[in-house]
Amino acid sequence: MTVGLEGYLAISAILFCLGLFGVITRKNAIMVLMGLELILNSANINFVAFAKFGGMNIDGHIAAIFVIILAAAEAAVALAIVLNIFQNYKHVNIDEVDSLKE
Amino acid sequence: MASETLLQLSTVVLLLPLLSFVILIFFGKKIGRPSGVIGTSILGLNLVLSGIIAFQKLAVHADTVLIQTKFTWFNIGDFPFQVGFGVDNIAAVMLIVVNLISFLVHLFSTVYMEGDKRYPRFYAYLGIFTFSMLGIVLANNILFMYVFWELVGLSSYLLIGFWYEKDSAANASKKAFITNRIGDLGFLAGMLMLFFSYNTFMFDEIFAQIGMGIMPMADFSANGELMLTLAGIFIFMGAIGKSAQFPLHVWLPDAMEGPTPVSALIHAATMVAAGVYLVARVFPMLSADALTFIAYTGGFTAFMAATIAITQKDFKKVLAYSTVSQLGYMIMALGVGAYTYGFFHLVSHAWFKGALFLASGSVIHAMHVAMHHAHNHSMDAQDINNMGGLRKTMPKTYITFLLMTLAISGVPLTSGFLSKDGILAGTLAYAQLTGGVNWLIPLFGFGAAGMTAFYMFRLLIVSFHGKPKTDIAAHTKENKIPIVLPLFVLSILTLWIVYSPNPTDASSGWFYKSMKAPATVVPAEYQHDFLMPINKDNGYALAAHETVVENHAVEEALAHNDIPELEGEHAVEGDVVHDAAHAHDAEHSHEGEHAHEAADTHDDGHSHDVANTHDDGQGHEADAHQEHGNNHYANKFEEQIHKAHLPAMILSILIAGFGIVLAFVIYQFKIISADKLEANFKRLHTISYNKWYFDEIYHATFIGITVWLSKIMALFDGKVIDGIVNATAVVTRGFSYFIGHFDNKVIDGLVNLTASATGFGGIVLRKFQTGRVQT
Repeated sequence: MTVGLEGYLAISAILFCLGLFGVITRKNAIMVLMGLELILNSANINFVAFAKFGGMNIDGHIAAIFVIILAAAEAAVALAIVLNIFQNYKHVNIDEVDSLKE
Repeated sequence: MASETLLQLSTVVLLLPLLSFVILIFFGKKIGRPSGVIGTSILGLNLVLSGIIAFQKLAVHADTVLIQTKFTWFNIGDFPFQVGFGVDNIAAVMLIVVNLISFLVHLFSTVYMEGDKRYPRFYAYLGIFTFSMLGIVLANNILFMYVFWELVGLSSYLLIGFWYEKDSAANASKKAFITNRIGDLGFLAGMLMLFFSYNTFMFDEIFAQIGMGIMPMADFSANGELMLTLAGIFIFMGAIGKSAQFPLHVWLPDAMEGPTPVSALIHAATMVAAGVYLVARVFPMLSADALTFIAYTGGFTAFMAATIAITQKDFKKVLAYSTVSQLGYMIMALGVGAYTYGFFHLVSHAWFKGALFLASGSVIHAMHVAMHHAHNHSMDAQDINNMGGLRKTMPKTYITFLLMTLAISGVPLTSGFLSKDGILAGTLAYAQLTGGVNWLIPLFGFGAAGMTAFYMFRLLIVSFHGKPKTDIAAHTKENKIPIVLPLFVLSILTLWIVYSPNPTDASSGWFYKSMKAPATVVPAEYQHDFLMPINKDNGYALAAHETVVENHAVEEALAHNDIPELEGEHAVEGDVVHDAAHAHDAEHSHEGEHAHEAADTHDDGHSHDVANTHDDGQGHEADAHQEHGNNHYANKFEEQIHKAHLPAMILSILIAGFGIVLAFVIYQFKIISADKLEANFKRLHTISYNKWYFDEIYHATFIGITVWLSKIMALFDGKVIDGIVNATAVVTRGFSYFIGHFDNKVIDGLVNLTASATGFGGIVLRKFQTGRVQT
């Protein structure tokens, strides 16, 4: 059983849409971060798929690993911020975190 | 059954619990109550299938060392990452161990977890745990081993913290996870060392290359012995974490915060055995120094944990430290080279410790029910000083508990006696062969054996015998069948007859014969000489060489010629010599094949080969293979174990008997007062009761240093980083202030000056505009 490039791209597109949907519709900061993670991983799938079918050899893998590392760093910082928000507001609802406006 | 079918069946066995997890995690809330039945029946099916696999492997495919499949998981660039699954004898037995215990725990939990609000999720977690444990068992490569290793850690975390509303449970799960990570770091390092050197994750290919004399990290260091030892110790670090060896044993007793069935499944019978299983898997590549390190770690753990278990008051804590101690036993057995007995103890311990924990669950459940009826919610249901007299109220639990206690104490006619006796004989043989300071190892072993008998009977007597110490204990009732039935099933498995017809010697049974230690691949100069094959001239290094495949016939003839000569030399141990000669032959064909394979795999990454390692050997040596279905060499150590068997047996019976009698004297007949003893040995008691202050020491050192470092970091962040940011702000503000004033005074001043100068000029010049120029 072999899966063509289209299959990978389709999965990646679906993941991207799901992620974007999460980022836009969710109010919980954790959920937004999870959506973000999905978006990053959909990009990763594209990288690896093109590396496999597009003759890019190892470049796509490197890019994907780079994205994974970035995502890890992003998650570390973002979760620290979320934790701080939780300590100050006792919730992580991003709509209500707007005291910088005042 | 063909070996391909066997592998397909094992894949099914692996994936069924995952199916259970997927169903219950996504639809558990909708399914509700029946999720317990679903999980239990899937595991029941799995148990039947694994029974078939084990029977096929041990009876039909006994002459094949390892039935395995390899496939490419993914490529990076052109480099294929190969993974796969395999079934050998120890994997076949482990399949039954994991599936049976898991099935019984599923069954047990239908009553024990009844009414819990996250009941479906509990079964989902049990499913993913079983899946990951089976993955470890079936992995034939170190990469899958690591992946499933981490999955097991995750499921353990989820199950310890199952009642996460309780702070103690949440903390215990964090502690278990973090402590395990420390060990896993070593495992990862060891795995990377091996992969970096051999470009493969496959155990058999790595062993073949070590057998050819290629040492790990050869480009990096010329000291092959050191590198091989380091690789072994790094991988063993994973086992230190997962099997709760000193110094990372602190998480296991805390893990008892999870539901009791979980303690039985994960923290007594299966997951903690994963470390022992890992050491057994990499056993052929462990050098003499690594083995010594392992033996001392295990021996010390066995001894230390036993001293702690003596004084604990919590029913489950006693059992938890007893588990740590028994795991130390297994690790020690592997370290001294008594591979078979170490693995045997793993299996026999899984039965009786699983049952002991389930029995403790039965007791605690009964206590809770009695407390519920009495409307008493403040008493500690796990404190043995609140129990007593349960023998009358819970007779079925008592009988099974008694049988298990006899087994763990090493009383004859039990499986525990056979395996423990073998380990003690192994330590004695080891000390006799190496001498000197290594006599500490049997000392640890026998000391722990005596203490085990003592504290287990203390637990039995205080909680089951005598008069009830509280009203609650007097009103406990025997539990329903799903709780009692698993206890009886496991009780049957602790009888000696399951493993060996001779109740005093395991070596006449099927278990010993099919779980022989694999031959070491470590070069002779880095290995204990008593672990090397007796027939040194045609040793492993030669067998591993590729030319062997071509010169097979010559090798064969050579080996046959050796037999009479050997028999002359060792006329007394004729038995062993036969083993040596036959197994030796098998080894040649086997290793040749390996070397061949190792050479092949790099060419085609996509090979899907079912390696039937004894293909060419089978024709000529059918009878030998029937008898010795293992890649096994006889060595000097085995002879020594046979010699040490009788003294070890007598000594262990005496010591265990002494421990049991002492427990009866102190706790049953109260001839010696326990309180007086406690007062006389105040200091020893305090140290033991406080678990050697390990938690306090770790809090003061590692945790203290980390917190201190974090505080300094926070200070740095607060003062320096924030200081720079604030200073920038201050400077900007000051500059703006200055600019503002400059703007106000200078610029505006100039503008105003111009304006007033213009105004003034205007006033002056206006006078000329009036036309009245004449004055």
